[in-house]
Amino acid sequence: MTLLNTRVNLEKHDDLYELIVDLNSGLTEAESRKANAKLVLLLANHIGDPDIFREAIACAKPRRTAKLQSTPDADPR
Amino acid sequence: MNRSSIRPYCVKQVSPPPQNENRARHHAFVIVGSGPVGLVTALEMARKGHQVTLVSAFDFIPHGSKAICFAKQPLDIFNRLGIGESVLRRGVSWNVGKLFWQDQRDAIYQFDMLPVKDQKSPAFINLQQYYLEEILVDALEAMENVDLRWGHKVTDINFGECGAALNISTTQGDYELTTDFVIACDGSKSTIRTQLKLNFEGRVFEDNFLIADIRFSGRDAQDRAPERWFWFDPPFCPGGTALLHKQPDQVWRCDFQLGANIDRDEAIKPDNVEPLITGMFGDNTEFEKVWYSVYTFQCRRMERFVHGPVIFAGDSAHLVSPFGARGANSGIADAENLAWKLDFVLREKAPLSLLETFNYERVMAADENILNSSRSTDFMSPINDASRAYRDAVLELASEHEFARPFINSGRLSTATPYHESPLSTADRDEWRAGPPPGYPCLDAPLEKHRHYDWLLGALGDDFKVVHFGDEPPNTELECVLVPSDSEAADRYGTNGGGTYLVRPDQIVAARWKTAIEQDIIEAHLKAIGA
Repeated sequence: MTLLNTRVNLEKHDDLYELIVDLNSGLTEAESRKANAKLVLLLANHIGDPDIFREAIACAKPRRTAKLQSTPDADPR
Repeated sequence: MNRSSIRPYCVKQVSPPPQNENRARHHAFVIVGSGPVGLVTALEMARKGHQVTLVSAFDFIPHGSKAICFAKQPLDIFNRLGIGESVLRRGVSWNVGKLFWQDQRDAIYQFDMLPVKDQKSPAFINLQQYYLEEILVDALEAMENVDLRWGHKVTDINFGECGAALNISTTQGDYELTTDFVIACDGSKSTIRTQLKLNFEGRVFEDNFLIADIRFSGRDAQDRAPERWFWFDPPFCPGGTALLHKQPDQVWRCDFQLGANIDRDEAIKPDNVEPLITGMFGDNTEFEKVWYSVYTFQCRRMERFVHGPVIFAGDSAHLVSPFGARGANSGIADAENLAWKLDFVLREKAPLSLLETFNYERVMAADENILNSSRSTDFMSPINDASRAYRDAVLELASEHEFARPFINSGRLSTATPYHESPLSTADRDEWRAGPPPGYPCLDAPLEKHRHYDWLLGALGDDFKVVHFGDEPPNTELECVLVPSDSEAADRYGTNGGGTYLVRPDQIVAARWKTAIEQDIIEAHLKAIGA
């Protein structure tokens, strides 16, 4: 049973979409990355439940059909 | 035999090789290495009445700038070993850490490493490693059953029919030593690990850090509060981090992150160090150099710490980055975990398999320490743009918003590792709302009415104990500590309604019950010694 709600949960989608995209307008790539990171952290804290967050991260992860790509931040051991 | 690149703090005489019967004697165990881990193991075993032989390639206690922050678990261990007072007197106690960001004058976050007050030991005591080694060596030299062999270098190790044979080289001749067990506390470049061709896998970090130990002079011999201060991206070290600790002798440890590709020789030149110090403390600060050096670090561990007759402890077994003070502290915890088990096995009070639980429990601890110190390092030195974006996002948010502050990771400071699902633990059968569960270290508490002890951990000592909260303890052959059920200790242990804990010699909880009977204790005790 999933905790993350992926059914329609709000209205005025275009308004919200514009807000999110506009967060990044006029920003350099680095500034944009930081602003999005802040947004993620703020909302993560607001949601509070780490299990919901894990499900969201699983949905957000890219699906790769090619061979597994290793990422720089590999297992510390 | 002096390693020419290492400056001695205290020179010892090279010990002559053993003669006659002593030469051929087969040992029960030999400790290799005279750092904190070897010395603590030696003192533990000596106090338990064993004949202790320790060999060290050094004929001196080295000077230098190594471990300084000793955490509560080791401090409690030092109390049990009878050196707690010396460490407390000599060292600088601290509990509070503060985090600073960029040029903001006020700390953006503050943490207290001793949230449960009223315990005998503080959260941390800062003490130069050579002072600790000197205190340990003094304690060992006062004991008759201890043979410290200085300038005895292990050159080779072979497994024999019973145990191991060590080839040892000294300036006065070489000899072979046979032993049932070798306790390899010979550090990150362990000869024994290398000779046995055992893996030591992990991760190397590229960033260089400058250690500058200084002493203020003139008008600047100020008395600042002994707090750990940490900076992210300060004006004097832009894009990097800095750390400040107080040490004894009015020495301050300053640590600066210099980045990956630097000229190490240039970095330690006084002209290059001075702006960092004056940046940290103010222009015109008067100070003198005590020690400057540049270091990088690694996180590694051996796959197993127990290899037949050879047991690895401390840096020989596992390495961490220093953020969080988890190196020496976990090594000392290794020694404590090993000593009682080795003692029980040697006295045939427990099966040999008890030593395998050292591997289980301390590998778990090493993994926890490596995970934490790696995470700290990644926060301080983000490895890619995305990671840097999150790190900077946390710092910017933290200056205005409370929620972001606990994300700041400048080093999660060393705490005792609980042993989850240890084979020595008996799982809870009752519901508990407080108190350390099985596998967890005991929490200290004041004892108001005990005849001999002011503190619970002092009363627990270093053997198995049954701690009973209430008036009527269950029957047991083990020594019992009685504590009133209406006490601070009972609050902390969840036993206001009565209860019984079985505690191991290393002060880890083996089992606990709301209502224990004799058979419960017998079974839990057997389980706790691997029988």
